[in-house]
Amino acid sequence: MTKEDKLIRKEFPVFENRNVVYLDNSATTQKPPCVLKAVEDYYEKNNANPLRGLYELSIAATDAYEDARASVARFINAKESAEIIFTRNATESLNLLAFSYGMKFVNEGDEIILSVMEHHSNMLPWRQVAEMKGAKIVYLEPDQDGYLPAERLEEKITDRTKIVSLTQVSNVFGRENDVKKMAAIAHAHGAVFSCDGAQSVPHMKVDVQDLDVDFLSFSGHKMYAPMGIGVLYGKKAFLEAMPPFMYGGEMIEYVTLDRATYAEVPHKFEAGTVNVGGAIGLEAAIQFIERFGWETIEKREYDLTKRMMDGMKEIPHIHILGAENPEDHHGIVTFQIEGVHPHDVAAIFDSYHIAVRAGHHCAQPLHKFLGVMSTTRASLAFYNTEEEVDAFLDALAKIRPEMGYED
Amino acid sequence: MAGNNTFYNEILTDHNMNPVHKHTIEGANMELEGVNPSCGDDIVLSLRVEDGKIVDGGYVGDGCAISQASADMMLDLVIGRSVEEAEHYADIFHRMITDEITEEEHEELEEAGILQDIRHMPARTKCAMLGWRTMNEMLTEDE
Repeated sequence: MTKEDKLIRKEFPVFENRNVVYLDNSATTQKPPCVLKAVEDYYEKNNANPLRGLYELSIAATDAYEDARASVARFINAKESAEIIFTRNATESLNLLAFSYGMKFVNEGDEIILSVMEHHSNMLPWRQVAEMKGAKIVYLEPDQDGYLPAERLEEKITDRTKIVSLTQVSNVFGRENDVKKMAAIAHAHGAVFSCDGAQSVPHMKVDVQDLDVDFLSFSGHKMYAPMGIGVLYGKKAFLEAMPPFMYGGEMIEYVTLDRATYAEVPHKFEAGTVNVGGAIGLEAAIQFIERFGWETIEKREYDLTKRMMDGMKEIPHIHILGAENPEDHHGIVTFQIEGVHPHDVAAIFDSYHIAVRAGHHCAQPLHKFLGVMSTTRASLAFYNTEEEVDAFLDALAKIRPEMGYED
Repeated sequence: MAGNNTFYNEILTDHNMNPVHKHTIEGANMELEGVNPSCGDDIVLSLRVEDGKIVDGGYVGDGCAISQASADMMLDLVIGRSVEEAEHYADIFHRMITDEITEEEHEELEEAGILQDIRHMPARTKCAMLGWRTMNEMLTEDE
């Protein structure tokens, strides 16, 4: 391990407690103590129900929660804190968006554009909206190697298109879409652009003003924060025009038995007692990322991806999905081993204490499109090491022989 | 890395790579598809049953090594036996995967007994059970 490895590994006690090579980071990352400590600190020092209490402790909780919101806004360069809605995860963010914005602004005969490589969470809510409103879903198809040129959106978009919702980085290919260009195309046709940032926000600088996306969804738990906290960013004018998604406590301004006026954004969308601990954990995770910096994180993830892909090319009967260039993978390497079912692959990796994902990665339509039943995915975070990649490669080379093949 | 101890032993991989019964059979009078939707294991099991006896059997399909080898070992065991005996084996197999069985019962299963360790991998028990569950469904529905 290099000096830098040691410095980073010190932040992840799970690797002292468990003998595991953890390569399922696209599913969720491990959590550093600074994040856990921030959550604990909040509950030990400032815990009360925020936003409603008229006493000092509740005001402290409110301040902590709103500070966390401001940190998230700064992190993705939102214009103001009110554009940040806390949710449970990217799935909830996308559901909120679909059922609030979609149900209000999509009408019969309208179109919603998605791509076949979307995660189920950026597909099923929209299909539900389309079904209820009599609208049509139009799918963009990437090339076999995951490349989706922005021009393809230009070809499919019409004046009936109300929403374009696309992932920034595919959770199967790891390839980045040019969402800046795609958002501009959507806007030119009067559609709004929603960006699924679940796999991009943890791995690269995402600037919502630069990209000019109207909405951005992401999860905290994929970027070192606790599970149960996520974000929906939305441009304020859109959020203001949207009806609430959930109804209940602390999202109303005034309510009588037959009438209610709703609170301002973002509180309109945060019904019920919120996850303050989670928001503070996410804030600490952002500080953690900023402490190491994107340059370090991206370089390490690139170097590890390259080492992994180079090594895999030396092993026969391995097929990597997506681009040739490791730069187009963002730590995600999805592959097939000829003649071995991905569940057997994952089980054999597990016997070497290596954690990888097998299945369809919540992207069943994409697998169908590619003509493969399921795949195995190794996904890296910057805390992984060269030694771990080598252990992965050693185990990979043994899988076919273990299953009875000669090479 | 430490050496591994998988349940992918030679018997299992051999049944997966060189299955004896992975083909369609002539004169099948029972056929049922068994699917594990979450992992994509998918087999079609066919039997030829005459006078309460399983005269022939085969399966076709796709899936992980465990699902395929388990179905193959099952057919090894039940072809030539009575329907009651096949149900009896399916019952033992199910208990082996989910709970405990006696040593005598384990021996009754012959090669299929090597799948015992699957019970430590809850995510894979349905793979091992696929063929057996499909056969059981077919036979009990026929009664």
